[in-house]
Amino acid sequence: MAKKEIDTRFNKFGTVSFTSTTKVNDFIDRLEQGKVSGTRCKKCGMTFFPPRADCYQCFSSDMEWFDVAGTGKLVTYSKLEYAPVGFDGDLPYAIALLDFGDFKVFGRLDSNLSDDEIQVGMEMKTAVNKLPNGQLNYVFQKA
Amino acid sequence: MGKVGIIGVGQSAFVRGYPGSIKELAFEGFRDAMLDAQITTKDIDASVICSAPEYDKQRSPAGVLAEYFGLTPQPTFYVETLCSSSSTGVKLAYSLIKSGLHDVVAVVGFQKMSEISSAESQERMGRGADIQWESPFGTMMPAYYAMYARRHMSKYGTTSEDLALIRVKAATYGQINEKAVYRKPVTLDMFSDPESAMSGPVASPLRVGDCCANADGSSCIIVANEEKAKAFSKKPVWILGVGAASTTVNLVGRSLFSGLTVGMEAGKQAYEMAGVSPKDIDVAEVHDCFTIAEMMAYENLGFAKPGEGRDLIRGKETYKEGSIPVNVDGGLLSKGHPIGATGGSQIRTIVLQLRGEAGDMQVKDPEIGLVHNIGGVGLYGNVTILGR
Ligand SMILES: [Zn+2]
Repeated sequence: MAKKEIDTRFNKFGTVSFTSTTKVNDFIDRLEQGKVSGTRCKKCGMTFFPPRADCYQCFSSDMEWFDVAGTGKLVTYSKLEYAPVGFDGDLPYAIALLDFGDFKVFGRLDSNLSDDEIQVGMEMKTAVNKLPNGQLNYVFQKA
Repeated sequence: MGKVGIIGVGQSAFVRGYPGSIKELAFEGFRDAMLDAQITTKDIDASVICSAPEYDKQRSPAGVLAEYFGLTPQPTFYVETLCSSSSTGVKLAYSLIKSGLHDVVAVVGFQKMSEISSAESQERMGRGADIQWESPFGTMMPAYYAMYARRHMSKYGTTSEDLALIRVKAATYGQINEKAVYRKPVTLDMFSDPESAMSGPVASPLRVGDCCANADGSSCIIVANEEKAKAFSKKPVWILGVGAASTTVNLVGRSLFSGLTVGMEAGKQAYEMAGVSPKDIDVAEVHDCFTIAEMMAYENLGFAKPGEGRDLIRGKETYKEGSIPVNVDGGLLSKGHPIGATGGSQIRTIVLQLRGEAGDMQVKDPEIGLVHNIGGVGLYGNVTILGR
């Protein structure tokens, strides 16, 4: 019998991915198409970002994808001067949180932003970003 | 059901690079507490062992430690809530005793952070968050607390200097605590002196001086039912209230970024159970893994209104002579933060304060003390209220 192929698409997420298999692997395909996506429960309508395979409100696993669109407010951020193993090449970089109202998105600020352009409360949008090592993530840009 | 008391407290010195095994390190705290309680291993009915397992090479440390302590064949088990592991252990001991299952329980917390190489430790640091959705962005503990600091600053106008004042206070007491890892003074000038290590950037807006000292160490708290506590101890300290809470790991699930909801929720539970309010607290130990964490604790525990924590530190109200002394043993910032041992060490400090045995760190005649211990980035929170 042929060995069953294991779907490890999620290895591609971020500078270093620590997860290879997940039921929301299609997230990676959508990133490749330029979309940052979450899931919505088809039964009760609950919205999830990051995407989940299972709804904790009604216990359904019948989910549909939606794309993060429009702008979110910058809640807070921090610029790192030290990094964990595997991330040194990215330094300095800033991690940040955007509030879209119905959900929040955790990610990185676009490295092209200068320090004085960044203000808590500013409107930002998400953009898919290809990393130098071929990996994929998303960053926040000025709206 | 009667009261539950603490009859023995102990801790090792907190040091860098402990020159012994985890068993020997943990034994130092255990022996200190046993000598304090003046009991023998036969008097202990069960042990609870606490650490953060990512730093341990030993699988399932409870068994090997119980063996080294001479606590077999009594039951032993292991609990973990990151940096709040040993206050979770004390809550568990409280429950075991309150349920009538056991009379006397030893809670031992330990961490030998130098057990693994700094490269291994660096690698683990990157996995301290939601490894699927946050860690791939290159997250680290100081950066998360820095995000809270940034939000606190932008919402309330708190400054980097306010945070530095908390470190200056910690160092004031670290110098007189012989068990502290960092015994040197820290001045405000160091934070603006590029030559000083304190001013070095870590994760904006936090600097080296805003971050606690890693250390190896152990702690032990011996908990007993009312009857045994009165029989064994001349000065039992009673557990008046315990509270615990959790929140989402991933920041996207949270709604507050200028305070820690777990500290607020655990505090509310503990105050209610103890029947006291923030103004009744005479001395407190709060989780100051970073200076901003102590600032938020002032507000989350009700010592100050939200955004007014800075007035407490500016007015030196949290110094030993102030209206609400906080971390007068040096805190995690100067005493050191051996993850699994920290909660027990905080409880030890308050027990010594309530007994009037805190030496140079003694606050004037305290009757009620509070311990606030947080795990992860505000992920787990325990608040314990103690009284004479
Ligand atoms: Zn649902």
